[in-house]
Amino acid sequence: MKLGILINEGPYQHQASDTALQYVKAALKKGHEIYRVFFYNDGVNNATRLATPPQDDRNITKEWASLAKDHGIDLVVCVAAAQRRGILDKGEAERNGKDSDNIEDGFRISGLGQLVEAGIQADRLITFGD
Amino acid sequence: MSEDGVVKKFMYVNRKSPYGTIYALESLEVVLITAAFDQDVSLTFTDDGVYQLMKGQQTEGIGMKNFSSTYSALGDYEINKIFIDKESLEERGLSLSDLQELVWEDEDEDYAEKSSINLVSRAELSEIMNNQDVVLSF
Repeated sequence: MKLGILINEGPYQHQASDTALQYVKAALKKGHEIYRVFFYNDGVNNATRLATPPQDDRNITKEWASLAKDHGIDLVVCVAAAQRRGILDKGEAERNGKDSDNIEDGFRISGLGQLVEAGIQADRLITFGD
Repeated sequence: MSEDGVVKKFMYVNRKSPYGTIYALESLEVVLITAAFDQDVSLTFTDDGVYQLMKGQQTEGIGMKNFSSTYSALGDYEINKIFIDKESLEERGLSLSDLQELVWEDEDEDYAEKSSINLVSRAELSEIMNNQDVVLSF
């Protein structure tokens, strides 16, 4: 089955992103296809490469990035939600006159249309959030 | 419409009060984008989500932008299926007269103005939800 994933909560504060990671791993193992993972609301905070959790804790951002790399998963961060919360790629930083960017490799910033498209193209759109 | 002409039924379930958290505002942002894709969009207001449609919202005191007028534009985006959970209204001592009137214009009947609002029981709502392709809950 082709699955779209929506993550609406940030890392550590909330379990949504952890659960989504485990769900995606399990779905891949069963042979399902992940059409796209879309990060919205505080979920965009999963994309910052500047997060520095304690060494004995998981690094959720790195886990997403490595899973995406291994399986060619499209990780998309909503541009409007990201701008509000200070998640920027190089282009966005330049456009908005900011002195740096902070997005992890493997994530890309795009519009909400990518979420709607995931709803249209995937067989199921699964939400992880509050 | 999507490139291959697929039209799916998208339902947005609004469960939270309008200010307090950002869910209501960011839900509305996705709703408007979905309409631009020519999908079959409906909205449900349930639990504290019914407060999103309250008349006479005043936000000066909390320093937030009052976005409640955006709901009245939904009809212009051809979003005219708005479901209000009857029990949620009643539990909060509210009735439809406390909520904004949301309307749309029916092209097939000389642009007659019609109400977009459907007051439904939870039992009816669960049936309507069962018939959706995509349910997004905020």
